[in-house]
Amino acid sequence: MNFLSIFVLIPLVMLLALWLVKGQNAIRAVMAVGSTALLGLAVYLTVIFLSDRAAGADAPMLYTASFDWFTPLHIKYSVGVDGISVAMLLLSGVIVFTGTFVSWDMCKEYFLWFTLLSLGVFGFFISVDMFTMFMFYEVALIPMYLLIGVWGTGKKEYSAMKLTLMLMGGSAFLMCGIFGIFYGSGGQTMNIIEIATQTGGATAIALPEQLVWFPMTFVGFGVLGALFPFHTWSPDGHASAPTAVSMLHAGVLMKLGGYGCFRIAMYLMPEAAHELAWIFLILTGISVVYGAFSACVQTDLKYINAYSSVSHCGLVLFALLMMNETAGTGAIIQMLSHGLMTALFFALIGMIYGRTHTRDIREMSGLMRIMPFLAVGYVIAGLGNLGLPGLSGFVAEMTIFVGSFQHEDTFHRVFTILACSSIVTTAVYILRMIGKILYGKCTNEHHLALTDATAVERFPVIVLICCIAAIGLAPFFVSGLVNDGVVPIVKHILAAAV
Amino acid sequence: MDYSQFLYMHEEMSLLGVILLLFVTDLLFCKDSKRGGIYNSPLPVILLGVMTVFNALPLSDVQFEAFGGMYQHTPMDTIVKTTLNVGTLITFLLAHKWLARPENLVKQGEFYVVTLFTLLGMYFMISSGHFLMFFIGLELASIPMVALVSFDKYRYESAEAGAKYILLALFSSALLLYGVSLIYATTGSLYFNQIGIANTPSLLLLCGLAMFLAGMGFKISLVPFHLWTADTYEGAPTAVTAYLSVVSKGSAAFVLLVVLAKAFTIGGIKMDWEIAFFWIIIASITLANLFAIRQSNLKRFMAYSAISQAGYLVLGIMGGTELANDGTAQGMTAMVYYLLVYLAANMGAFAVINVVEQNSGKLGIKDYNGLYQTNPRLAFLMTLCLFSLAGIPPFAGFFSKFFIFMAAFNAGFKVLVFIALVNTIISLYYYLLIVKAMYISESDKPIATFRSDGYTRVALALCTAGVLLLGIAGWVYNYLTEIGMQSL
Repeated sequence: MNFLSIFVLIPLVMLLALWLVKGQNAIRAVMAVGSTALLGLAVYLTVIFLSDRAAGADAPMLYTASFDWFTPLHIKYSVGVDGISVAMLLLSGVIVFTGTFVSWDMCKEYFLWFTLLSLGVFGFFISVDMFTMFMFYEVALIPMYLLIGVWGTGKKEYSAMKLTLMLMGGSAFLMCGIFGIFYGSGGQTMNIIEIATQTGGATAIALPEQLVWFPMTFVGFGVLGALFPFHTWSPDGHASAPTAVSMLHAGVLMKLGGYGCFRIAMYLMPEAAHELAWIFLILTGISVVYGAFSACVQTDLKYINAYSSVSHCGLVLFALLMMNETAGTGAIIQMLSHGLMTALFFALIGMIYGRTHTRDIREMSGLMRIMPFLAVGYVIAGLGNLGLPGLSGFVAEMTIFVGSFQHEDTFHRVFTILACSSIVTTAVYILRMIGKILYGKCTNEHHLALTDATAVERFPVIVLICCIAAIGLAPFFVSGLVNDGVVPIVKHILAAAV
Repeated sequence: MDYSQFLYMHEEMSLLGVILLLFVTDLLFCKDSKRGGIYNSPLPVILLGVMTVFNALPLSDVQFEAFGGMYQHTPMDTIVKTTLNVGTLITFLLAHKWLARPENLVKQGEFYVVTLFTLLGMYFMISSGHFLMFFIGLELASIPMVALVSFDKYRYESAEAGAKYILLALFSSALLLYGVSLIYATTGSLYFNQIGIANTPSLLLLCGLAMFLAGMGFKISLVPFHLWTADTYEGAPTAVTAYLSVVSKGSAAFVLLVVLAKAFTIGGIKMDWEIAFFWIIIASITLANLFAIRQSNLKRFMAYSAISQAGYLVLGIMGGTELANDGTAQGMTAMVYYLLVYLAANMGAFAVINVVEQNSGKLGIKDYNGLYQTNPRLAFLMTLCLFSLAGIPPFAGFFSKFFIFMAAFNAGFKVLVFIALVNTIISLYYYLLIVKAMYISESDKPIATFRSDGYTRVALALCTAGVLLLGIAGWVYNYLTEIGMQSL
């Protein structure tokens, strides 16, 4: 038994335990212990991964294990991690951990679906087999429907249905893409590494086939990564979802999209990636700019953050499509950074909404005096989001734009400059929002009686802020970890160009 | 004549034994309608269960012929027959409470015997090697079915459903028979094997094949031969609907695969029926999905869902009639696996529909509003089954859909697979409508809390185990692949 499988095993045990236990305290205990174990395991994995890499283990994936599953179809349960997956597992660990504390008062069924969702997420990041990966991907999608539909707010039924159908639509494309990759590479293996390195019976996928399957796979994952014009599920979904689900969804689930685009679409079909990158660069460029401008005119706190997510996740795909090491590393750091910041944002919005019962920025002002802790947290999240040095957003965006500008042709440079403009727009909507709701004089007398965060609420906020600051202050640690995974993939993609 | 040939047919023989035993028991002991006879005991279920195990255990790997090729048996036949047995068993479990009603007490014996006769007909169809044998099996499977559909004869809908079914069944049988005669006219034989060698594409043969396909399309309820489905499913007693939608449909689909594989793979004829199926599958899946969205009665809803599922099932025929390029019978394996999973999920959904109907008399989708508040376990099991039907992991339906699409993709039908995949999103939408009704929608008058009977619980347990385990346990598919390679 490979120890990576424990990432899947823990949620399974949690599901079983949740099913058996009774009483709110027992449920909380299960969730707290389980999510702490997941976080602990992710930290442990990071430590030993780094030390093993330092000791000279240079296989593309470490701790690999493979078990036959559907032998006639060459489907195996294969696990393994590289730097990118380790970083993503760490992110998922943090978000699930904090999400548990944010949803402290929810009922048993909620936690059941929540745990199933995290099972899918963890399973996705440890898989190196396309089938297993796709299976976990879908496992992570479907609990969203009930989580939003039952425990959400606003027009929750509409949003839940829209989100589920659009993401499942993406996975229909994806399934076609997976079949195409599998049979295009000779139908001998589903293992990503083997297909890329053409071992284990895999052959190179012919270019005409790549040109069909690459867009399918990229769009399939891109839907989850909020690729324009397939992003419309995101604002509605995030706005309607309960707090911890928004956190998990924007923080981790949207990263599945970028991760998949990089690891499956671009890694396995590099020639097509070169041929077609320009189309998707335009689309992601639109995501970045359009998302930022849309956020400027929203009045609902969650919508602002959701459009901001579209913009930032667009930046992830944008940087990945630049196909160089710096931009690639930046993209993965942006995933981490955006995951943490968005989670913090959604957590704080949830807490503020729980008190004011409105998310309309026109109805709130002067909250800084009333709930200083939440307000300060909000300011930090906002500053991180607009790229203040010292917080994670700066590191990520700096790396991305420096990397993107390394291309010498006009097309890439023009688009980099356009995407850069989103930094300014981000500052506009963040500062406008913060100024409006936190500063000034409180005009709503009902808000004067509100209280600040409780201890259980403060805890996840502090954890998230520490993580954001850690990435901002010690970026080389993270970029070293991420680089480890990005460099081989980018080299592989670049090698296909010549 | 070598009478030991009958021993080869031990599956049919033992089923016939069970039928006769039940028939005699009914005749001798069960005419006292006040006591309800021994049919309120689990005797039929136990007998059928024992037979299922008995037939499935010595899984004979042999491929043989009897009666000069009239009867052909492959290892996959045993698997399919066992699957159908399990389906019938669950039908019996579902029917138990309904049969215990006063108006049905006196007819209990007939229900079991007639159901098993249709099953026997399906057995003959599956193992036939000759069109006459095939047709006898088909009729044996169709005509008693009418009696089952109109079993609640005092209920207007049930009688109507029976009338609709028999008229169309006979029409399609006639069509099929005419098609068979045309095939005989062009090839000079009714043996599948000889047709397989002798067929040369001609307009006459094509006409014959088209009529044959139309007849089978009726049994499988593929668009455009589906018009009876919704009315019949709605009118028939719920247990019978479940039987129709799984056992009857599944056996017909498998038989179609076998007949096409034996008789119509050589020569240019394969291309012709592939084109036909290409459009039939697209029409079945798409139209049924669009109609399912608009249903308000759960049984009609399940009827359209079953039509679209039939479309997916028949996807296994594309490329399933020959060995795939890696030497496995990928299409056939995927189809039988799909059938197995579909059985668990659909029977599970019908078990919930049935027990709710028996306890509250409600069948509308709106009636299910708030079911989760009153009957959380049933609502949860229904959700599992619907998710499995929609193809959501980690439930078995995901695996079966993936594999059947994979098989069709490998056979070269990439566009078809893509269209089918897009359709899974529509199907997810309407399955989620039910989930939404149960979990999200509020209701003033939700279905009252009730305890389901023991028989339903056993059925639900079987189906849930299937939905949860058939996918994760990889050996099921791997084993089916082995069997498939010996059978094609």
